[in-house]
Amino acid sequence: MSAVVAEHDHHHDDHDHGPAKGILRWIITTNHKDIGTLYLLFALAMFFVGGSMAMIIRAELFEPGMQFVDPQFFNSMTTMHALVMVFGAVMPAFVGLANWMIPMMIGAPDMALPRMNNMSFWLLVAGVLMLASTLFMEGGAPAGGWTLYPPLVLQTGKAFPFAVFSVHLLGISSIMGAINIIATILNMRAPAMTLMKMPLFVWTWLITGFLLIAIMPVFAGAVTMLLTDKFFHTSFFDAAGGGDPVLYQHIFWFFGHPEVYVMILPTFGVASTIIPVFARKPLFGYSSMVYATASIAFLSFIVWAHHMFTVGMPLAGELYFMYATMLIAIPTGVKVFNWTATMWKGSMTFETPMLFSIAFVVLFTLGGFTGLMMSIAPVDFQYHDTYFIVAHFHYTLVPASIFILMAAGYYWLPKWTGHMYNEKIGQLHFWLSTISVNILFFPQHFLGLAGMPRRIPDYAIQFADWNMISSIGGFIFGASQLLFLYIVIDTIRGGTGEKVTDEVWEDAHKHGLEWTLPSPVPYHTFTTPPTVIPTEHI
Amino acid sequence: MSTNDAYYIPHKATWPIVGTAGLMIMLAGVANFLNGSPIGTTMIYVGLLMFIVMLGGWFALQSVESETGMYNHGVGISYRMGMMWFIFSEIMFFAVFFGTLWYTRNLSVPWLGGEGAKAATQQILWPAFEATWPTNGPGKVGGEFEPMGAWGLPFLNTLILLTSGVTCTWAHHGLLAKKRDQLIKGLLATVGLGFLFVAFQAIEYHEAYTEMGLTLGSGIYGSTFFMLTGFHGFHVCVGAIILSVVLFRSWKGHFQPENHFAFEAAAWYWHFVDVVWLGLFIFVYLM
Ligand code: HEM
Ligand SMILES: [Cu+2]
Repeated sequence: MSAVVAEHDHHHDDHDHGPAKGILRWIITTNHKDIGTLYLLFALAMFFVGGSMAMIIRAELFEPGMQFVDPQFFNSMTTMHALVMVFGAVMPAFVGLANWMIPMMIGAPDMALPRMNNMSFWLLVAGVLMLASTLFMEGGAPAGGWTLYPPLVLQTGKAFPFAVFSVHLLGISSIMGAINIIATILNMRAPAMTLMKMPLFVWTWLITGFLLIAIMPVFAGAVTMLLTDKFFHTSFFDAAGGGDPVLYQHIFWFFGHPEVYVMILPTFGVASTIIPVFARKPLFGYSSMVYATASIAFLSFIVWAHHMFTVGMPLAGELYFMYATMLIAIPTGVKVFNWTATMWKGSMTFETPMLFSIAFVVLFTLGGFTGLMMSIAPVDFQYHDTYFIVAHFHYTLVPASIFILMAAGYYWLPKWTGHMYNEKIGQLHFWLSTISVNILFFPQHFLGLAGMPRRIPDYAIQFADWNMISSIGGFIFGASQLLFLYIVIDTIRGGTGEKVTDEVWEDAHKHGLEWTLPSPVPYHTFTTPPTVIPTEHI
Repeated sequence: MSTNDAYYIPHKATWPIVGTAGLMIMLAGVANFLNGSPIGTTMIYVGLLMFIVMLGGWFALQSVESETGMYNHGVGISYRMGMMWFIFSEIMFFAVFFGTLWYTRNLSVPWLGGEGAKAATQQILWPAFEATWPTNGPGKVGGEFEPMGAWGLPFLNTLILLTSGVTCTWAHHGLLAKKRDQLIKGLLATVGLGFLFVAFQAIEYHEAYTEMGLTLGSGIYGSTFFMLTGFHGFHVCVGAIILSVVLFRSWKGHFQPENHFAFEAAAWYWHFVDVVWLGLFIFVYLM
């Protein structure tokens, strides 16, 4: 079948232009593959920038007492690490995957709005540049935490308005990207690609796109009010004028909780796409996966104040947000069950993408469980603002989102480049990452339960041992990621030298349209829509 | 190209990078300005200029492409979806400020006044404060002020915007019936009413600042009042500018009954701005 498609392509390609030459190609490109590459490379770079900040944090926490940096800078590091990782690494990486894969997965010639696609990438760069520039300003980068709570954040120096505007730029970029993805999915599918035949990655992005359009303006509104409170005498978050600092927290978390699902839903999507291929079975419960994703997205809008149990809400609020949060465990449980059932009695092989996916299922579940623990309002009074929270969300972000991004890299790199990556180094990367990520984050549960607060550069002596162990895990984890960098560069430059087939992975072409295309994929694909849709993934 | 029925995919885009750079320079300029740095104003002008050039260039490009028949039905659907989702994002943006108004009026101001479990806090912190609306808080931030009434200029503005919604639809009917004259007159009326609205709002603001003591700094009432009406007024300006472009294009003979996305998008935007105003009139002025 792939041969047929390729022929079609050639036939219709003769009036098409190839890429422009030189650096300009990347600046003015409207090609979804070029833009996908830009997003992915930018995200990878930011992963290392944010990662370096994490290394500074772990180095400072290696031992009690002040070692390397002053407290103000330490707080800047925690704040900037989070902002860079969330807005510069994880979100753009998934947008990059969406750009590359969604048109190919649904049989579309490109994204629906190619010029806007270009703009959303460059706005992302502009937003991150503006954020990064605050590191060099009088008074330092924002240091009040990525949540930017007032009144603390209003004490930021010259960096403050720049941070606010960088949020605006990043927000516009995300909204444009999300609109583009939704329009592509709803409008550009090959005629035979009905909604319930779409790969789950496409489904999860459709829903994520909706989340993004709904929440980014909310965050923009919140930081706008911070700006006017600081510079234009408004009293939104000032009780003396009749406002309320807690209001900011409500608005922030109305954005913030769906935001964590913006990072995890595409993760779910990639996992649901990879696991069936290596289990050589259809995905267990395809439609229940779709409905579970939609339910999670819906619930994510009505649970936000579980981040605020200790803020002094009325009792009814505490109870409502506690029970509502617990409900999320149901659709999440459905997903974990389905991944496990997909693997059940499958004839599995354990190539690197599959290894990362399996580790994701296990370790994400662990992060979900700690989430459930914290959802219990009365006990969250103990966990809140401790390292337990840090352990929770890092389990849902690092061995979940980041691992799946790695899996996606290993899974699709051969398709993108036409070269095979080095499986031995891939496996080494996997084992080093998996072991070290647990050394890094598991002890933080103990630290939190014992009462170590988050966002502090120094700590009481009784926390020393686990902090040192955690830091060692952190350094190993950080170093291991250089292997991934090596593999990416190596694969682009030829990899093992082995010529990969069109389907790359055994029978993958039965699971997804992208595997029916040649490897490496031509610059333009599906200029005429495919007529046969693979259905093995359903 | 007009015979080509395929989905149109442009091969390069030069305006996005200009727009991005413009926006970034402009925002960095505002930030510098707020920090009291002298280069701020220059950066704002440079950025703004780049942004306006981008808008002009990009819109011109799109309208040429549209008029030469490069957009098929599918492209039209993508544009319409894009516009609808953009308006949805705008709704969420306004929802934040409406939500803020609701929260402060119904929850946090009563709490400051000692409602519910907060009685002791009020006794200790602000014993003299009584929770009423409008308020500038227990600190009487911004000093004495008079709240804005609903039945003067604001009511007139409501009528103006509602009428402009009607003229906009009338123009649309003209377009569909190939009555160019009606299309242009309808749009002229809409744009005119839009700018009239903005002018009246400017007078209203002027009165608030000079005669009523009501400013952005008048506690939570002033903050929510000016933030909501201010962002709305800004959107009216943007809508009126978009409609002016559509008017100009109509006058140049653009748009056909089966191909007029730009008109539709502008009209949707205008109706959205209209609906937001109704919300404002009810929740900010009337209640
Ligand atoms: C089973 C699902 C989940 C539940 C029940 C849950 C519950 C919670 C709760 C109750 C908190 C607040 C704890 C506190 O501050 O006292 C929290 C914090 C957090 N969660 Fe989750 N969570 C879940 C899944 C996730 C996922 C999937 C992600 C991200 C991919 C995530 C990311 C975060 C982050 C970033 C924070 C900390 C935010 C901060 O304070 O800076 N959570 N979670
Ligand atoms: Cu949450």
